[in-house]
Amino acid sequence: MTYKAKFRVWRGDDDSGDLVSYEVDVNEGEVVLDIVHRLQATQAPDLAVRWNCKAGKCGSCSAEVNGRPRLMCMTRMNTFTEDEVITITPMRTFPVIRDLVTDVSYNYTKARMVPAFAPPADLEPGDYRMAQVDVERSQEFRKCIECFMCNNVCHAVRDHEENKTTFSGPRFLMRIAELDMHPLDTVDRRKVAVDDHGLGYCNITKCCTEVCPEHIHITDNALIPLKERVADKRYDPIFSIASLFSRSKDKRSPAPETPKG
Amino acid sequence: MTDLERHSFDVVVIGAGGAGLRAAIEARLQGKTVAIVCKSLFGKAHTVMAEGGIAAAMGNVNSKDNWQVHFRDTMRGGKFLNSWRMAELHAKEAPQRVWELETYGALFDRTPDGKISQRNFGGHEYPRLAHVGDRSGLELIRTLQQKIVSLQQEDFRETGDYQSKIKIFAEVTVTRLLVNDGRIAGAYAYYRETGDFVLFEAPAVVLATGGIGKTFKVTSASWEYTGDGHALAMRAGATTLNMEFIQFHPTGMVWPLSVKGILVTESVRGDGGILTNSEGKRFMFDYIPDVFKAQYATTPEEGDRWYTDPEHNRRPPELLPRDEVARAINSEVKAGRGTPHGGVYLDVSTRLPADVIKKKLPSMWHQFKELADVDITKEPMEVGPTCHYVMGGVEVDPDTEQTKLPGLFAAGEVSGGMHGSNRLGGNSLSDLLVFGRRAGLGAAIYVDALGGSRPTVTDEMVADAETEALAAFHVEGGENPYTIHADLQQTMNDLVGIIRTESEMQEALDRLEGFKERVRRASVQGGRAFNPGWHLALDLKNMLLVSEAIARSALERQESRGGHTRDDYPVMSPDWRQLNIVSRTEGDGVAIYRQPLSPMREDLLELFDVNELKKYLTEAELPKGEHS
Repeated sequence: MTYKAKFRVWRGDDDSGDLVSYEVDVNEGEVVLDIVHRLQATQAPDLAVRWNCKAGKCGSCSAEVNGRPRLMCMTRMNTFTEDEVITITPMRTFPVIRDLVTDVSYNYTKARMVPAFAPPADLEPGDYRMAQVDVERSQEFRKCIECFMCNNVCHAVRDHEENKTTFSGPRFLMRIAELDMHPLDTVDRRKVAVDDHGLGYCNITKCCTEVCPEHIHITDNALIPLKERVADKRYDPIFSIASLFSRSKDKRSPAPETPKG
Repeated sequence: MTDLERHSFDVVVIGAGGAGLRAAIEARLQGKTVAIVCKSLFGKAHTVMAEGGIAAAMGNVNSKDNWQVHFRDTMRGGKFLNSWRMAELHAKEAPQRVWELETYGALFDRTPDGKISQRNFGGHEYPRLAHVGDRSGLELIRTLQQKIVSLQQEDFRETGDYQSKIKIFAEVTVTRLLVNDGRIAGAYAYYRETGDFVLFEAPAVVLATGGIGKTFKVTSASWEYTGDGHALAMRAGATTLNMEFIQFHPTGMVWPLSVKGILVTESVRGDGGILTNSEGKRFMFDYIPDVFKAQYATTPEEGDRWYTDPEHNRRPPELLPRDEVARAINSEVKAGRGTPHGGVYLDVSTRLPADVIKKKLPSMWHQFKELADVDITKEPMEVGPTCHYVMGGVEVDPDTEQTKLPGLFAAGEVSGGMHGSNRLGGNSLSDLLVFGRRAGLGAAIYVDALGGSRPTVTDEMVADAETEALAAFHVEGGENPYTIHADLQQTMNDLVGIIRTESEMQEALDRLEGFKERVRRASVQGGRAFNPGWHLALDLKNMLLVSEAIARSALERQESRGGHTRDDYPVMSPDWRQLNIVSRTEGDGVAIYRQPLSPMREDLLELFDVNELKKYLTEAELPKGEHS
């Protein structure tokens, strides 16, 4: 059941480029990434695309297929009709390097700003004890394959380049929530979440959750609980008064770091 | 050349999977400046694809487990061809390396008493694999990645610069190691993004480049697995050993064609999955080899009882080492008892409730649902062998991971010896951690010993490296590198695959000679900025050299053992067990020679029953004074 599909693929860099039309063979069971590879092998050997595992585990082949953020390796061709024109463009929120490859360094910069896991100082390796039910909350977030599609789709940065300096996007707010829910982490991360990573920019439209290929409940299980914890701290009158008398009432809060350059 | 980007580091780590990251962490903890150079984005390396877990004899689930049992299982799995010293270090140090990950923030699945849970796996006597569902590799790489970030944060607090001690060069490919007077002086590389070159001046380089899977057509490997480290090492003057031993994982997807080869984790069998042929028969009971007869169940009833009562029953043969299961599947398909798409059935749907399957094997459920439209909670999977791992690799000192070339270290899949002729599942992730750490430590000690006298990089070396890397742009009317690659993969698959014979391997070597000219004549369209065609043209040279090493070594070894099965020499021979086959470059190709293994230390030999040793060793090698 081979047929010829019509594709339009973004070719170019951050300054200029165009959608280029191709006709490519499609075989039964193939995914969009197979077609991109066939294009490379037969018509466009210099077509730039990132990919690694081809099994939805590494999060490299993120792009926008007909305007929707998708992993190309997990987008089956039989979800399109045979006469449908399929348009592939790079993720819109990040600068284009070439063709379908974008500069995702924003994400690595933000990752570096999240204060690291800090276990109790006197806990020796091998002595960690945690209940399965307690690790499961953070484990859900650690399923993240860092495809960065949640950060790509989040309108707080997708439509507002200027917010990139102050907002880390769902991926790294979820990372903060993950550490916050780690049974053995000792750091209070609420201030950092708001001041350094812009938790307040999130108005829970759930776009991130919708595009997550790992089906992580980013908004419901990470971002909303994190917002609630922050609200508890900020607006609880008893906590506020108590904190006037005790500087180390809560878990220690590290000085926020700012990235260099 | 004047505008060439230059960097100077104490240690350059090539590869950012588990071994590379653990090596980088260790070198940094030893006070060294470190560059991590990787072909993909940071955190995307092949380690993310590991599913089952990390083998470490922590004894959390069965307290009888200890390093001696793990050592024995590893040697049996490798058919006693392993570097016994590496297998010893690995078994002893793996638990510490796993516990250390928890201090970095890893969240493994837990036992009821809150310890790290451990699962059953092929060839492991007790439940031994620390895991997180079936995404254990992702947990490992993310944890190490986040540890690197935490070290960078420490460096930032001290120096005001996150990258003052560890700098990551993502999407950078090394094309050549630079050697001065028989010692490592640096590495030459290009940025994929721009095509610009970059020079690393460093007295120590750690290879952690992973495997060679992309030399075969049906493979579980990503594009990165082009044997770069093996080829870089050989070209620089180091050696590789036992390249004939390729692990064909028994269970790769076979349908649809576009995903053929993608891995189906061994955990499916560890958690109860069974293999059946088109006649509905659990065929593995017909394939238990003599050396394993004592340890495996002979009836389905006994095998099934083992899952709940391992004290009084033997394990089912679905959990034999991978080489045995892969050969069995191959035989069933050849005998006409395969599935419509040329595999066998792997069924967990009749063995576990749907919610348990989704809980224990979430990414398998997802993978089959999304890619093959198969619901594994309701129907069986179709699976067949896929090229998964190379046991052979760069020859290293077991304790320091230094290669035959001073200043060059290797760890993880790119190194050889640890797994002998066949690797057990779960022993890869532990290998990465144990020997990644040792390689980082070895490199740091080496750099300290050098003092101020570091080998220098000359302008001539740089000019040569540049000419070589750009050659493909100057070929007029040459061949498409994608076509050459596809043909090379087909050749290796057909002629040096899971079952081998002399005539086919001879033909492979003849064809590889022809590929040398084709690879020289590979041409590139477009410019240097992010040009996959150019990248492939460069990778092809590595794949070709590795293919020749595999074919020559496979032709040389006239026996069947682990990941090397000869139709014309079907029996395992104690005489061949005493020999490694070593590859080095000669001219534009590969030369091989035989090298004796060192005899196993007496106290390690005593861990085995003499009757078992007799199956593997020559009479002269058996422990003295034992005549039973």
